Amino acid sequence: MSSTTAAKKPKRPHGYRRPDTLTDAPTHFCPGCGHGIVHRLVAEVIDEMGLRESAIAVAPVGCGVLAYDYWKIDVSEAAHGRTPAVATGIKRVQPDKLVLSYQGDGDLAAIGTAEIIHTANRGENITVLFINNAIYGMTGGQMAPTTMLQQKTATTQAGREARVHGNPIHVCELLATLDGSAYLERVSLSSPSNVRKGKKAIKKAFETQLAGLGFSLVEFLSPCPTYWRMNPVEALKHIDQALSKVFPPGVVKDKTREEGKDA
Amino acid sequence: MGQEKVLMTGNEAIGEAAIRAGVQAYYGYPITPQNELTAYMSRRMLEEGRVFIQSESELAAISMVTGSSVSGKRAMTSSSSPGISLKQEGISYMAGMELPGVIVNVMRGGPGLGNIGPAQSDYWQATRGGGHGDYRTICLAPSTVQECADLVYLAFDLADKHRNPVLVLADGRLGQMMEPVTFAHLPDAQPPEKPWALTGAKGRQPQRIVSLHLNLDELEQHNIKLGKKYAKIEKDEVRFEEIQMDDAEACIVAYGTSARVAKESLKRARQQGLKVGMIRPITLWPYPYEPVRAAADRVRFFLVPEMSLGQMIEDVRLGVEGKKPVYHTGRCGGNVSTAQEILDELHHCCQKTQTATRV
Repeated sequence: MSSTTAAKKPKRPHGYRRPDTLTDAPTHFCPGCGHGIVHRLVAEVIDEMGLRESAIAVAPVGCGVLAYDYWKIDVSEAAHGRTPAVATGIKRVQPDKLVLSYQGDGDLAAIGTAEIIHTANRGENITVLFINNAIYGMTGGQMAPTTMLQQKTATTQAGREARVHGNPIHVCELLATLDGSAYLERVSLSSPSNVRKGKKAIKKAFETQLAGLGFSLVEFLSPCPTYWRMNPVEALKHIDQALSKVFPPGVVKDKTREEGKDA
Repeated sequence: MGQEKVLMTGNEAIGEAAIRAGVQAYYGYPITPQNELTAYMSRRMLEEGRVFIQSESELAAISMVTGSSVSGKRAMTSSSSPGISLKQEGISYMAGMELPGVIVNVMRGGPGLGNIGPAQSDYWQATRGGGHGDYRTICLAPSTVQECADLVYLAFDLADKHRNPVLVLADGRLGQMMEPVTFAHLPDAQPPEKPWALTGAKGRQPQRIVSLHLNLDELEQHNIKLGKKYAKIEKDEVRFEEIQMDDAEACIVAYGTSARVAKESLKRARQQGLKVGMIRPITLWPYPYEPVRAAADRVRFFLVPEMSLGQMIEDVRLGVEGKKPVYHTGRCGGNVSTAQEILDELHHCCQKTQTATRV
């Protein structure tokens, strides 16, 4: 009997299990949200690089605020948009630690525009994980700085119009003009293969930080089915069909590559 | 800088004292009249191999202080009135997250952009929390350059002791004036261990430092816990100076630059036979209500010279509890009363209270 019981124990598929850095707390994210995917990817990379005991994250104001419930690493809070400034204050006095700033599009590209630009410009040796879902989630689906033209939100009910609401901001391209930024990549969460690219980008960003090369940021085109008024499958398609057209995925800047070329 | 006295501005003395107190990170943004402090730190912090950043804004500076403070390091920022308004966001977060940190306000005229003259018009902001939410910050008010140094040094200890932001409230005159100052009694500090700090979860459970408590009862418990801490600070940390209060029939209550000027008025009043004493609050929060309350039973009136339309006067009235008249005097807009103006006001108050007594 006992051997039968043992045989009935469900075995996890090879290689797929909860990363050590991820807690078993059920997340508060809506079904189909991209935050959970990025949380998991970050946890996997921290595990694989053996950085769990030296990582310190800063959680933003917004949907990502409860990151400390999901990651088994030290986490600080920050005021809205000041996430990179808090990360700067941590990294400067603890240069040997892996410091992460996790931010949404409102936090990073609206209220925190000054902080992200100057943190990048100083070449702060931190990694920013930037969730671009073109919407404010936590507050109920208002226009984000990355909201696309014609996109309907709670505050652009007839669609975003450049003349009235301004244009979507391209964060990676903006930061690429600054000498302090070392590695900037935009990835999509629209498919398993794209998610794997996202994981590689996180790893590269962490390596950039550990090598002391300067500011690194990975932008994730991330689904928000709730405020895109779509089901999760439609939301993933929407990333490919709409969001990726406005925000083309790819490496926007890579100083390690540039330095390799020079040498 | 060894045992001898040196001639320094208040701004520079604040910087040197902070270095001796073991500040590991200074973050600042230019604003007059505190620029000498940021400039001093830009040089001295790097000499000491510590962190200096000229931040993109006061909002960023206080958040950088937050980051170094969650790391368990002593950190500070400084500014003047308009910049301190911006820092209130971060100060509120630090209070909620129970983070130590030192914030120096070298006050100037307001409201708005005001001017760069010395003022005391941020008293309410400095002593009533300042930002959003139910919180208090310890507030220390120097009146000499030496005291600028001593109180900044003390501020770091109090911040760590209570895990709370501490404000040092100076003004443009104190920041800019030069006086002899010694640091001989301020040894290089050894900050306490901070097991709560975020240093990476090595050999322990992960830690978090947050002010978010979505559960209403949980936040209420946090508020109550903070309230108990504030009550303990009110009990333990009141500091003030009493001058010739033993036989005083009139009491001046003044702090900072106003207290310096009023000391001269007191001296002249005594020479003219007026028995005047003075209470000089050194902590503006917690406020020294007790000596004011005790004086209310003995003196005829209180005179409160301030470089504002009258803000601290409300705390004096809270201490006096209506027992005696409390009068305001002073200049504002970046002006400072002369000793003679305060003396004239003392005579005027004497006449008013004598008339009142006769009626």
